[in-house]
Amino acid sequence: MVNISIKYFASLRDRMGRADEALELDGDSATVSEVWAKVTDGQSIPDSTLISVNMEYTDADTVLKDGDELAFFPPVTGG
Amino acid sequence: MKVIVQQESFAPGQVIQTFQDALPRGKHGGVVSFVGTMRDFNDGEDVVSMTLEHYPGMTEKHIEQVCAEAAERWDIVDSLVVHRYGEMFPNDAIVLVAVWSAHRANAFDACRFIINYLKARAPFWKCETTTAGEKRWVEHNSKDPKAEVSDSE
Repeated sequence: MVNISIKYFASLRDRMGRADEALELDGDSATVSEVWAKVTDGQSIPDSTLISVNMEYTDADTVLKDGDELAFFPPVTGG
Repeated sequence: MKVIVQQESFAPGQVIQTFQDALPRGKHGGVVSFVGTMRDFNDGEDVVSMTLEHYPGMTEKHIEQVCAEAAERWDIVDSLVVHRYGEMFPNDAIVLVAVWSAHRANAFDACRFIINYLKARAPFWKCETTTAGEKRWVEHNSKDPKAEVSDSE
């Protein structure tokens, strides 16, 4: 069993209607895109979305491990 | 290297002086700083306030990585970044980048590098409130967190 936490930021949080959630994945592993499909009823990740796992930028093919912190957010606008 | 992400407003000149006072005496020949401040207009609309959201932990980590890269590329004495989050108003300082070096060329180059890569990588998001009371998310600085944003972005 793989347990992960998911965070959503900014306009993506508004769209999802929640800031974070915990997810228990069936089986030994899942990719980021599989998790996105699970939390959005089968949608694909919007083009401009940025992804991080454990606070490092990564891509949709990353395989998640137990305890990972996954985050989805729009392009950054600091500075 | 010091990175501070804070909600409180700050006075850039005072922060630079305080940091500089703690540096080894006589080792730097100059400081180059960039202060980003809030405009009261954007995309053709008047903006009355702005709220900056960030990803606690990841934001600090990526600014520190950018500062570490700058220290590897240029011979600098030290660097300081202060970045605000939360609600702010026109003229408020949003971000300060300051770099000390023995000779000015390295400080100029490292300061530009840090602000341009910070804008591309550090997870912050601006939400503006217009005079009409509309709240809108600012679209993007850069489409690629690995790339430097240009000076005009």
